[in-house]
Amino acid sequence: MTVLFYIAAAVAVLATLLVVTRRNLVHALLYLVVSLFAVAVVFYTLGAPFVAALEVIVYAGAIMMLFVFAVMLLNLSADSPPRVPWTAWVGPGILVAVLLAEVVYGLTLGPRSPGGSAVGPAAVSEALYGPYVLGVELASMLLLAALIGARHLAARTRDEEDDV
Amino acid sequence: MAAVSLDHVLALAAVLFAVGFVGLLTRRNLIVVLACIEIMLNAAGLAFVAAGARWGQADGQVMFLFVLAMAAAEVAVGLALAIRFRQAMKSLDVDDADRLRG
Repeated sequence: MTVLFYIAAAVAVLATLLVVTRRNLVHALLYLVVSLFAVAVVFYTLGAPFVAALEVIVYAGAIMMLFVFAVMLLNLSADSPPRVPWTAWVGPGILVAVLLAEVVYGLTLGPRSPGGSAVGPAAVSEALYGPYVLGVELASMLLLAALIGARHLAARTRDEEDDV
Repeated sequence: MAAVSLDHVLALAAVLFAVGFVGLLTRRNLIVVLACIEIMLNAAGLAFVAAGARWGQADGQVMFLFVLAMAAAEVAVGLALAIRFRQAMKSLDVDDADRLRG
């Protein structure tokens, strides 16, 4: 498990460095997905399988989908090539292959944590809806505010285009 | 069993945070700046999960869920602002925002 952590950590740092250094926006976003996957594997090796799954679903899934939709809406064809060349997939592909091998190997071991056994979804849920239930309510209000705010900001464009 | 040292996990979180921070300061593309903020929030969440795993408590993972919800809210509003920025400034360069001055 320790070796898996260090490999995933190296992949995370490498992918994050490439996010910052790539000139092409789409390439940077590809490496950002790899970085989030690597951190998810780190969570798994730390004995937090529930958070690892959420990292993949919410960060690498939902949030990255928002980024990709924004890039498509912005229509950046002038700034970046219209089609990502296949060579852009080589770097992220190799890094993800390393992570995939780690996950397959890690699943045979079962989740563990440095302090002992893993903290599973049941323990997290009991804490979340026990002492932290007020935080859950606040998070739901924050997400509702963000939903309305994003809709308001993006919808104003149509009114202004009508005015012009 | 061979355990991962808490110091090493916190060092990884610090490195990821630093890389995201450098990107935030050096890159001028608004989308990449938002991505760097995501990296920094993710690193902060990693520190929470590492601390929770060290003592076998669920609190660290709960805090990560709150960071996750906050990051989702931030990126939704931030990308809506990016779309507005692009339409107002005809570019994604954050340095063009100095035209906001009256």
